[in-house]
Amino acid sequence: MKETPLSNCERRFLLRAIEERKRLDGRQTYDYRNIRISFGTDYGCCIVELGKTRVLGQVSCELVAPKLNRATEGILFFNLELSQMAAPAFEPGRYLNLFLKIYLFKIHFQVWQIRVDLHLLNHDGNIIDAASIAAVVALCHFRRPDVSVQGDEVTLYTPEERDPVPLSIHHMPICVSFAFFQQGTYLLVDPNEREERVMDGLLVIAMNKHREICTIQSSGGIMLLKDQVLRCSKIAGVKVAEITELIQKALENDQKVRKEGGKFGFAESIANQRITAFKMEKATIDTSDVEEKAEEIIAEAEPPSEVVSKPVLWTPGTAQIGEGVENSWGDLEDSEKEDDDEGGSDEAILLDSIKMDTGIEVSDIGSQDSEEEEMIILEPDKNPKKIRTQTTSVKQEKAPNKKPVKRRKKKRAAN
Amino acid sequence: MAEAASVAAECLAGCRARGARSVLGQVVLPGEELLLPEQEDAEGPGGAGERPLSLNAGARSRVRVICGPGLRRCGDRLLVTKCGRLRHKEPGGGGGGVYWVDSQQKRYVPVKGDHVIGIVTAKSGDIFKVDVGGSEPASLSYLSFEGATKRNRPNVQVGDLIYGQFVVANKDMEPEMVCIDSCGRANGMGVIGQDGLLFKVTLGLIRKLLAPDCEIIQEVGKLYPLEIVFGMNGRIWVKAKTIQQTLILANILEACEHMTSDQRKQIFSRLAES
Repeated sequence: MKETPLSNCERRFLLRAIEERKRLDGRQTYDYRNIRISFGTDYGCCIVELGKTRVLGQVSCELVAPKLNRATEGILFFNLELSQMAAPAFEPGRYLNLFLKIYLFKIHFQVWQIRVDLHLLNHDGNIIDAASIAAVVALCHFRRPDVSVQGDEVTLYTPEERDPVPLSIHHMPICVSFAFFQQGTYLLVDPNEREERVMDGLLVIAMNKHREICTIQSSGGIMLLKDQVLRCSKIAGVKVAEITELIQKALENDQKVRKEGGKFGFAESIANQRITAFKMEKATIDTSDVEEKAEEIIAEAEPPSEVVSKPVLWTPGTAQIGEGVENSWGDLEDSEKEDDDEGGSDEAILLDSIKMDTGIEVSDIGSQDSEEEEMIILEPDKNPKKIRTQTTSVKQEKAPNKKPVKRRKKKRAAN
Repeated sequence: MAEAASVAAECLAGCRARGARSVLGQVVLPGEELLLPEQEDAEGPGGAGERPLSLNAGARSRVRVICGPGLRRCGDRLLVTKCGRLRHKEPGGGGGGVYWVDSQQKRYVPVKGDHVIGIVTAKSGDIFKVDVGGSEPASLSYLSFEGATKRNRPNVQVGDLIYGQFVVANKDMEPEMVCIDSCGRANGMGVIGQDGLLFKVTLGLIRKLLAPDCEIIQEVGKLYPLEIVFGMNGRIWVKAKTIQQTLILANILEACEHMTSDQRKQIFSRLAES
C-alpha cells in the first residue's frame, strides 16, 4: 500500500520548526525519546519501545558444523522483519541483514549458531536505534544450553539437567542516529517518523560504553564537515553511556524478579487495563516563552489612536462631538480579520448607495455585522448633492463636497 | 480485558443471544448477537435461541429500531461487527431509538457527505487525485471549485491540502469529492492555506470535537487566536500566530483524547496563566 504523501504545508512547518529549534513533541535537539524495555518469559525475548517505535527481539541457538574457512568461529545471524504491521507502506518479504558485531565463541567441533530475529511492530521513526538496542538486550538476556566436552565427546545438557548459561558478551554496541536538515545546517538526534521524511541525510554511529566506535554509516548523500562528525561522535558517546546503563538496570531487575520467583513476562509488563481506559505518556510542552512573546507583542503594538473629542461646527446651529467624526481607522484590509473559523462568514460586503436628488436614499444593507446610518444635515434652500458611494468590506470613500452640506456616514461595526 | 474475555467466553459457550438492553454500556465483541427488547420476552430464561411458534405472531408490536455503526441486522437480531461499547439513544418521537457501538478507530472509510481533508497527490488532465486516508485516492475535478471555469482553473499544486466533501463514496467505486456545495458556493471548502500543521487523530476524537457545544474547542479558542480545520478522516489542520503556539495546540488536541475533563481544565488553566 502506498504511504500517505507528505503535504507541502507539513514539510514547510517541520523545517521552520527545526530552524527555530522546536520539535513536534517538545524534545530538545539532543534528546532521546523514552526507552522502555520489557522481557518475555523465555530467555532471549524482549520488546524495546523507543517512543512509539516498537521492536521485538528473539534469540535462538543451535549447534551446527562450522564453516570450513572459519572453523573456530561461531555464527551470528541477524534478521530484521519489516512487516506491514509496522507501517502500511512496508511490503512483505523484504528484510535487512544487519551485521553489526561479531562475537567469538568457544572452540568446539561444532559451533553455536546464534540467530537473532527482530520484528518491527510499529514504525514511528528511528528503527535502527531501536533494533540495535533490542538485539543487544536480547543477546544479553539469552541463556544457551550448557555443554561439556570430555575428550572427543560433547554432551549437551537440557535446561532441566543443568541451568543454561548466558552468552559471553564483551561489549554492547549501540547505534545512535543523527538526522540532518538543510544541507547539514541543523541536526537532530533520534528523529521521529515525520522528521525522517523531511530530512536530507542520516548519520548512524555505533559505539560502546568504552567510547569505541564500531560503525559509522552515512546515508542520503549529504556533505558533512569533519568537526560535525566529531561532534556527533561525542554526543553519541554520552547517549550510549546512558542507554547502556538503562539496559543493565533492566537486565538486573528482570534477573532479580526471576530469582525471587515473582511473575515475569510480557503479560506482567502490560498494566491491567480495560478496553476503555486510555493512557498516554505525558509530553512536556515548553510554554515558558509564551509569556515573553505575548508581552513583546503588546509592547511593540502601537497605542490606540486618540479619540478626537472637541466639537466640530458644521453650520451655524449644527455641531457635532464625539463619534462620527473623520474616520480615524484608515483602511482596514481583509487580512486583518482573524478568528476565521471554517464555519465561514461572508466577507465581501458590497454596498451600493445611490442618493437621489430628492434626498431619498436607497441603500442596500447586505451585511450582518455592520450598520450604516445616514445622517443628513439639511440646509434651507439648498438641495442635497447627489452623492454616490460604494463600500467594499469596511473601506470607505468620501466624495468631495463642494457645498457645505456634509453627509456623514456613521458606521458602527457590531461585534 | 478480563471482563470482556469472560463475557465473550460465556457467549461462545452458551451460544445464547443476549438482550440488547442488558448489555447497554458494556463491551461487546464482533460476532455477538443481540436481541431487541420485544424479543426478549418471547425468549425467556430457558430459551435455547429458538423462538417458540405462536399463532398471533403478528400481534406483537413492531417497533422500528435503527442500527447504527458497528451493528448489522441479521434476521431479527442485531449482529455486532465492531468491538466497543454498546450505546442506545431514546427516540424523540415514535420508533425504538438508535443502537450503535462506540469503537476506537483510526482508519477512515469514505462516507458520502463527509467533509474531509485531503492531500493532492497527482494532477492528471482535468482531475486531481487526492489522498484521503482511505483505500483509494479520491478524484476531484478542477471544475468543482467555486468560480472555476474551463478558462479559470483553480491554483492547486501537488502536495496542497484540500477541504472538501464526498459526493460518491461506496465500496464499489472510487470516491469522488468536490469543494462546492449544492448551491455552487465554497462554504469554507477549497484549498487550505499554506502554513500551519496537519496531524492525525482517531475518528472518535474528531466526532467529539465536532459535536455542538464542545467544551474543548471553546476553551482552546480562549487561549490564542487560531484557525482549525477538522476532517472526518481523522486529520486536523491548525494554525496559530507562532510555531510554538501551533505546536502547543497540536499537542493539546492529541492529548485531549486521553484526558478526563478535570485534567484538561488543569492544563488549560496552566496555559492561560503563562
